[in-house]
Amino acid sequence: MQFGLAQLWEGGWIGALLRGASITIAVGFGAMLLGLVIGIACGLIKWGQVRPLNWLVDIYTTVVRGVPELLIIYLLFFSSVEFVARIGTAFGWAGLADTGYPFLIGVIAIGTISGSYATEVVRGALAAIPKGHIEAARALGMPRKRIFRRIILPQMLRIAVPGLNNIWQATMKDTALISVVGLQELMRTAFIGAGSTRNPFIFYLIAGALYLVITFVSQIGFRRAERALVLKGRA
Amino acid sequence: MDAELIYRAVTTLAKGVSVTLTLASIAVAIGFCLGLGLAVMRVSSSRLLSGFAEYYSAVFRGTPLLVQLFLFYYGLGQFDAVRDNAVAWWVIGDAMHCAILALALNTAAYTSEILRGGLMSIPVGLVEAAKAAGMSRVLRFRRIEFPLAIRQALPAYGNEIVLVIKGTSLASTITVLEITGHAKRLMSQTYAIFEIFTIAGLFYLAINMVLIFAVRRLEARLASPGR
Repeated sequence: MQFGLAQLWEGGWIGALLRGASITIAVGFGAMLLGLVIGIACGLIKWGQVRPLNWLVDIYTTVVRGVPELLIIYLLFFSSVEFVARIGTAFGWAGLADTGYPFLIGVIAIGTISGSYATEVVRGALAAIPKGHIEAARALGMPRKRIFRRIILPQMLRIAVPGLNNIWQATMKDTALISVVGLQELMRTAFIGAGSTRNPFIFYLIAGALYLVITFVSQIGFRRAERALVLKGRA
Repeated sequence: MDAELIYRAVTTLAKGVSVTLTLASIAVAIGFCLGLGLAVMRVSSSRLLSGFAEYYSAVFRGTPLLVQLFLFYYGLGQFDAVRDNAVAWWVIGDAMHCAILALALNTAAYTSEILRGGLMSIPVGLVEAAKAAGMSRVLRFRRIEFPLAIRQALPAYGNEIVLVIKGTSLASTITVLEITGHAKRLMSQTYAIFEIFTIAGLFYLAINMVLIFAVRRLEARLASPGR
């Protein structure tokens, strides 16, 4: 059977794949945001040696980085889905576990994973801030909150940008794993298309190309951000 | 917590450990050789070779491993040319072989980046000295460049092996029964989700801990004694 781009277009698959890609990007953004919040909080705890919280953070980063992402997603999804479905049904929204829930779990699971990597990047960036800057701010009588906002946070972010770029790339790729619990993102859409048209090759090829496009575009964005931050520092 | 259930889970998942380790070790062995070749191509002066290595690495690092796995297993399996070719079908038609192929090609891209960093960190003077001493290209690579690059790259490479171990869990999506595959099957039989996935996670953690410990030992042994 001849199957080409024309059939893909007529079947509405191009639109479906692009819709899937937008969900992939949405999960990626949500997860990255959550990961950043976790990473900054845990990074500060690790940097400041806040006992006993830093032990908990150590356990968190060791466990999450040492266990496959797929396993974390399965654990979070399957251990909670029945409970959530029951709540959804009780409130008259039986479809909850099928539609919104995989998205939420995706953001939480991938966010937890990228948070564990972000913790290390943030901790490293905080350690790279010269001590003298913080001491000088303290000598000027700046309150702690302002020292954090004006001295620590801006420098930390600038140093952390290359590391965060790597985490963003990994986060974007990890979102593909959410397809296994049924969220209709890019990978899942490709899977459905591959099954219903019996042409897996073209579907996975297009999915791969779309992931590459997302990677390249975000790469350009990060390069710009890096340049902007460096220039500001030198002015 | 049910002791019998835990016993059953541990014994079942332990069967998956050897499959996981087989997948990872063969993929790492093949991936290292390919990655080394790609790294050498990348630093070579030939535009064609370095360009190929660069695109290879960009494509394999820019797409999810799951897409690569499905593209090889389901995508290539659709073509008659692949089905009729005995060698190609031996690789693609078997889920285990196909998972090794995808993992190896994927880790080769990351390995090439790590080794390239190691190769570029070698002081020019050392290579020049070896040239002046009349060493041939191959001998120079074997005795000077390769050992120095490996020593430099080892910490990052250790992390990459951990990523391969974690990546083997994706093989469960194409029916390979490694740790995650067994865990998923057991889960659908017993519904003891939390216990089973916790035990599976502990297996992976133990493997990765041992691995990181071994890499650290190797690093300490390779460190030049003068330091």
